[in-house]
Amino acid sequence: MKKATITIEKHTGSFAENKDKAKQLRIRHIIPALSEGKGVILDFAGVSGTTQSFIHALIAQPIRQFGDNALENLEYKNCSDIVKEVIKTVYEYMQESLNNEDET
Amino acid sequence: MKITLSTSDYLRNFERLISSLDFSEPDQLTIYSHPKWLNVHPAVLTLITALAIKVGKSHVKFADLTASSGSYLDRMGLFNYTAQQSPYKINKKEAAGRFIPIHIIKNSTEQSKFISDMIPLLHLPADKADAVKYTIGELIRNVLEHARAKEGAIVAAQYYKKSNTIRIGICDSGIGIRSSFLQFWPSHTDTDIDAIKWALTPGISGTTRKEGGTEENAGAGLFFIKSMAKVARNYFMIYSGTGIYKLLLHDKRTERPRLQVNPNDDRHSERNDAPYFQGTLVAIDLSLDNNVEFTELLASIREVYSNAIRERKKRKYKQPKFI
Repeated sequence: MKKATITIEKHTGSFAENKDKAKQLRIRHIIPALSEGKGVILDFAGVSGTTQSFIHALIAQPIRQFGDNALENLEYKNCSDIVKEVIKTVYEYMQESLNNEDET
Repeated sequence: MKITLSTSDYLRNFERLISSLDFSEPDQLTIYSHPKWLNVHPAVLTLITALAIKVGKSHVKFADLTASSGSYLDRMGLFNYTAQQSPYKINKKEAAGRFIPIHIIKNSTEQSKFISDMIPLLHLPADKADAVKYTIGELIRNVLEHARAKEGAIVAAQYYKKSNTIRIGICDSGIGIRSSFLQFWPSHTDTDIDAIKWALTPGISGTTRKEGGTEENAGAGLFFIKSMAKVARNYFMIYSGTGIYKLLLHDKRTERPRLQVNPNDDRHSERNDAPYFQGTLVAIDLSLDNNVEFTELLASIREVYSNAIRERKKRKYKQPKFI
């Protein structure tokens, strides 16, 4: 399966906090690729840190929209420890709230 | 409007500054000060700047500014918001400590530039820089997204060598926390302090009634910042409308302060009778001494945050009908 790679640092610099950029990447690249069933690699090389609101704006909607397919098809490369922790946070609470939506 | 600066306007005794605030006569601002010595938290400067912008430069006046340490107000750029000239002569080019003078940020491009420019000004080590970027980034973003403040976010910060702490203030003259939560959470916004505490609750966003937020907002920002202050045993304060919530210092004998979901459970002070401030002021002290790695801190906050959402979810479970 072909995978699209998005180099985050090119869009955000070394600290990824600009939610407008996250939204652009989500709308222009991540959602179209997932819609076509493609995998997406988010490459964080050169990004030392990020904020929860940036990662939320980047991947929360794809997870909500595509559910398990998003969790399967999104991959993260060259993440610093901080970036990893923030991504793990968004994964955890998004899955909690997904389950929540299923039941209500 | 009147405000009086003293010899120790830090978060520890912020109540003194609040008691000096007088928002009557809203067309002019007079700043009084201690005649001999001034020490002010950067948050105080951002508050004064917000008030000064509201009344306009020509209506801002310093009365009896005689303290030699008042030159700090000049160095931090406060006189850019007054028609009155600074009585101090400072060489702005000389290296003079680690501070971020008052900045106004109106959009995300300016925010990104500010965040990349500020770290060299504070001379922070790389391992501490991300926590500071994180805090300032999230707080500015809150203002830009939710405050509807025409003049944007007003930011200032200062490094204090003695306490090895970065003190940060972010202020806006927007709609205030209560108004931004009123649409979706009317039952939690009877008063300003209710709204502030609701905004500190994990998973609650002013942009939706859905717990866990929308594609743009998770309702996590302020909870994360409060938690960072708590683990680092630092002050954190929000002033909006007539409400003030202040996280108090945690007992140093406790090895690791426990993160709380409900802001009522944190050691804090609160009031809902402060002079009405149209807007929001957030102040935080970030200690660089604490040995908790930022990644470790994020992991702890994640655990508490996810548990909070899980627990709330459980409360919605239907119970069996035993007859």
